[in-house]
Amino acid sequence: MASVAARELADGEVVFVGIGLPNLACNLARATHAPRLVLIYESGAVGAVPERLPVSIGDPALVTGSLMVCGMADVFQLLLQNGRVEVGFLGGAQVDRYGNINTTVIGAYARPTVRLPGSGGAAEIAIHAQRTLVVSKLSPRAFPERVDFITSPGHLSGGVPRTQLGMPGAGPVKVITDKAVLEADEATGELVLAALYPGVDASEVQSGVGWPLGCRPRLGRIDPPTATELRLLRDVLDPKRLHLKG
Amino acid sequence: MSDVSKVMSMRDAVARFVHDGDTVVIEGFTHLICFAAGHEIIRQGRRDLTLCRLTPDLIYDQMIAAGCARKLVFSWAGNPGVGSLHAFRRAVEGKGGPPLEIEEYSHFGMVARFAAGAARLPFWPMRNYMGTDLPAANPRIRHITCPYTGEALATVPALNPDVTVIHAQRADASGNTQIWGLVGVQKEAAFASARVIVVVEELVEEAVIRSDPNRTAVPAMIVDAVVVEPWGAHPSYAQGYYDRDNDFYVAWEAISRDPGGIARYLDEFVHGVPDRASYVEKHPGLTARLHATARYCPGVNYGF
Repeated sequence: MASVAARELADGEVVFVGIGLPNLACNLARATHAPRLVLIYESGAVGAVPERLPVSIGDPALVTGSLMVCGMADVFQLLLQNGRVEVGFLGGAQVDRYGNINTTVIGAYARPTVRLPGSGGAAEIAIHAQRTLVVSKLSPRAFPERVDFITSPGHLSGGVPRTQLGMPGAGPVKVITDKAVLEADEATGELVLAALYPGVDASEVQSGVGWPLGCRPRLGRIDPPTATELRLLRDVLDPKRLHLKG
Repeated sequence: MSDVSKVMSMRDAVARFVHDGDTVVIEGFTHLICFAAGHEIIRQGRRDLTLCRLTPDLIYDQMIAAGCARKLVFSWAGNPGVGSLHAFRRAVEGKGGPPLEIEEYSHFGMVARFAAGAARLPFWPMRNYMGTDLPAANPRIRHITCPYTGEALATVPALNPDVTVIHAQRADASGNTQIWGLVGVQKEAAFASARVIVVVEELVEEAVIRSDPNRTAVPAMIVDAVVVEPWGAHPSYAQGYYDRDNDFYVAWEAISRDPGGIARYLDEFVHGVPDRASYVEKHPGLTARLHATARYCPGVNYGF
């Protein structure tokens, strides 16, 4: 997933980085094909070049050697609301048919079964980033037809375009899972199957989502991680296996 | 023109400036979170506090478990890089512990609330929240029509705490305070607050502050107390002084999973010590393990 996500980033792009797998993917991209990637963390580090994999979004290694450190009012107003963020990278406990993300509650808000951490900066990243990439492992629990709570808006119910609601960014264009890549249909915003990992068939992906999954006319094939990507991930970027499993 | 010294002990600062029922902010985004102040508030048994922070972090989880909080105002309530805040979750999920009212925003919303408070405006406008369920969950997130463009803008109300605690690398005795590394919303939170307690790693002469004025985040005129408390941010960190204790953040997961674990932790490391120096002594090897390596900047020329 980390290497598939990394390949979505072009050199020189400005990326708002979330913690966990997005963070690993962004630093892999920077170590391979995108050395000029500009990493912005909500904690205020801009152009960060972390010498160790940051455990948290506010790790001191994000500051050392960065291009700029600013207050969080500047992060959200001068960078994000100003339209300077090209890619937003989000994860979520639940992602639904239209790419809406829930990181707030499972169950009802007032009486949740599971209380999740909440938005952090995710709501505004989903609204303002020029495009959003979502990373989440496939399972029916993680991909319901409809999220319990919209923390970060995707394409809502598909009926009303985001621009009509005043959202500057295009929203989630791709969802990278551990079995396939889904893409938002340009007309409806509905997530459809776009590409498969090696050895995975479409029915396996369908069993991991809670709605009848549409499909691109031609499915892409995702290349497995290269030897270089694996070496960087395992030996350099995440030697302590903070995010990588196995 | 040096003011009178505001230097006092943590015990005195909390006794004088933090009262039952107050709206209390201990800010610092991952960096410079003043655990020493939170622990002293727990030791002095403050009650019915409205605790506000973007990320409640372990310190508010501890204060919730200790029964200090009536209400929590926040935007991301997790254990950064690890998972859940279990005292918070138990309270909100109704699984034990004292009841806790919540008022929830996103980070931008909380930042905007402090900005409005600092500027003494009643609210702050922003282009945000369309399509989210947050305004339905929190009716204090509202909208106005822009008088110039007609655009609908989201608004959040000013946050003006009774007392704000910020941790910093250094200050002089009157409270001119310098911070570097991640600066979060400390400046806005301090200016928004009725009272300000500054806690520092080092007390320096006014001349040190004057040698690098761009680094001053908080001027003495808004500061009520200066507390000198080395390692006062542990297990958070202070750039250039000590690293974040990630091992403790991981360990909190197991400590906090059951209320008895938190109670034992508070008994030993909060109620069981009189002050921060004793807390540090209770962690053998801590200072050697986390002491920061040096990375100096070459300095700038302030001449004219």
